[in-house]
Amino acid sequence: MARDHSHPLVELTLARFREFVREPGALFWTFGFPVLLAVGLGIAFRARPPDPARVALVGRTDADARMERILQGADRVEVTRMDEEEARASLRSGKVDMVIVPVLEDGRMSVTYRYDAARPQGRAARLEADMVVQSALGRTDVADVSEETVSEQGGRYIDFLIPGLIGLNVMGSSMWGIGYSVVLSRRRKLLKRLAATPMSRSHYMFSYLFSRLVFLIAEVAALVAFGWLVFGVRVHGSWVWLILVSLAGAASFTGLALLVASRSESTEVASGVMNAVMLPMWLLSGSFFSYERFPDFLHPVIRLLPLTAFNDALRAIINDGASIWSTWTQVAVLAFWALVGYLLAVKLFKWQ
Amino acid sequence: MWSLGATGPMEPRTTSTNLTQDVMALSCSGIVKRFGDVVAVDGLDMVALRGECLGLLGPNGAGKTTTVEILEGLMMPDRGEVEILGMRWGQGRDQELRTRIGVALQETQLADKLTVREIVRMFSSFYPRGREVNEVIELLGLTQKAGAAVDRLSGGQRQRLALACALVGDPDLLFLDEPTTGLDPQARLRIWEVVERFREKGGTVVLTTHYMEEAARLCDRVAIIDLGRLVAEGSPHQLVDSLGAQQMVELRADPPLDDAALAVLPGVGRVSKSDDMYRLAISGIGEALPALIAELDRRGSRVVSLTTREPTMEDVFVHMTGKGLREG
Repeated sequence: MARDHSHPLVELTLARFREFVREPGALFWTFGFPVLLAVGLGIAFRARPPDPARVALVGRTDADARMERILQGADRVEVTRMDEEEARASLRSGKVDMVIVPVLEDGRMSVTYRYDAARPQGRAARLEADMVVQSALGRTDVADVSEETVSEQGGRYIDFLIPGLIGLNVMGSSMWGIGYSVVLSRRRKLLKRLAATPMSRSHYMFSYLFSRLVFLIAEVAALVAFGWLVFGVRVHGSWVWLILVSLAGAASFTGLALLVASRSESTEVASGVMNAVMLPMWLLSGSFFSYERFPDFLHPVIRLLPLTAFNDALRAIINDGASIWSTWTQVAVLAFWALVGYLLAVKLFKWQ
Repeated sequence: MWSLGATGPMEPRTTSTNLTQDVMALSCSGIVKRFGDVVAVDGLDMVALRGECLGLLGPNGAGKTTTVEILEGLMMPDRGEVEILGMRWGQGRDQELRTRIGVALQETQLADKLTVREIVRMFSSFYPRGREVNEVIELLGLTQKAGAAVDRLSGGQRQRLALACALVGDPDLLFLDEPTTGLDPQARLRIWEVVERFREKGGTVVLTTHYMEEAARLCDRVAIIDLGRLVAEGSPHQLVDSLGAQQMVELRADPPLDDAALAVLPGVGRVSKSDDMYRLAISGIGEALPALIAELDRRGSRVVSLTTREPTMEDVFVHMTGKGLREG
């Protein structure tokens, strides 16, 4: 009898795929949410001309009138007169970057700059204002200077952000998509029912990987296309490398998700565990800001996290145009997590 | 060797251990399963012959589901032997064994968003041989609903879908755990018909139920289970006959009488009492009834209600365990 029969792996993968696309909420969180996040962050950190240095002028003598005239003539300084009290408060709350207190003694101007040296704006204001003041009072430049300002593509915050968002999204959708589905199937006794069939248990695991890979292409493509169309973020490296690195990333997060979901019967507990696994990576793995900001001795540990490896590899390919060969350490880290995840998950997996 | 537990009420008996595979679909002996301090199955022995329908009858918590899941290979017993179709679980032939059994668990929520056809196709793909997907859907009367998602099905339709998944691998042995619990009579009847058609083709069925009608209609042999033990076993007829009663009398009286006074009356067998109702197994209704009325008179007790009816398996169960099938 010619039976309507297809391969179990195909059927299982199709089932995963269908379950996902028939859940509108899941679609939004996978595709809509990261795009909204990119819009929000892109607007907040959009490229714009540098702010002028905001300076408060304090004093009751002739000096401040003269100083005000000097500073008002400069385009990179914005000056406001304040009394002592107001100036202090404004400096503390960041409304002004520096307070200037000029004193005229025997025809000689002496100036006090009050600013927070830990804040870059404070230091910049000091340099800008001092330059204006000194040259207005007669200092002459000794070298000829010409300025050339650039805003290099690939070096903006949004260029840094888009690969980070791809990384976060692939991690999040793999963990939630798989973890939740597995735990729910266990609670509904579907896993037990499947365990009573001759279904190969590794087919079941692989069906998650394969369905993930299909979505992965769509997820990555959506964010890359969005970044390119809206913010002009270009992929400098090869698409093939981008896809291959993304596959490695998805494989490692799928392994991790199967491991996290291998025992739990309660979706609440599983959610907690997934958050506990993902939160450190949200923070440490350099999605929103570079992990270089953490102390040096932490870097080797941070680089072993799958999301760090994934983000680094994505940035190398998207921003720096690197080939996959130069990201082999990251790919190795991803492969390691994929392997550990699968092997442990297969061993620990609870079917009933 | 297998025998009924020595603690059981039936005579211990033995049969040959080498019953050929052609005869025996399933046997288990001395299976014990504990969950912490709770003994779910306490030394159970059973056989099911090929082509037979064996029913496990018992109240909730009797250990039926645990027993069935041990037989299905979903759980390993703490002690005891299980042999299914001449094979044993955990000896390297599990996959082969799984291709030959069909399973419907007590409660499985199949994926909500998949359609009937998609789910049956998926289950079909697990089996190297098996039946045509559409044919099984047709058999279960789900053709109209083949394209409907699970969350659009009624309880009876979901149960039929579960049965379709159990049958699509064309099993030799079918395990059904409370296949009709919670269904209306019509939905129940449809499931019974499908089980009967499976048996007509020579299939063996093991089913658990706490409905006597179900056991009486479908089962060749019934094993009554309580507290993880086999309490009685036999065909529905044999079991009812074992009561030695032609009739059952159910009596309420005010003020109540004591059991001993009723049991000594002529023609009255065992007496049991639940709440304020007596159940009397009557061997001779002609002599028992007048004697009963006379005894009530003599003690100044008034009859609140008195009914007579045919004895059922529930009575067997009540007599063996002192409680009703629906009681926990």
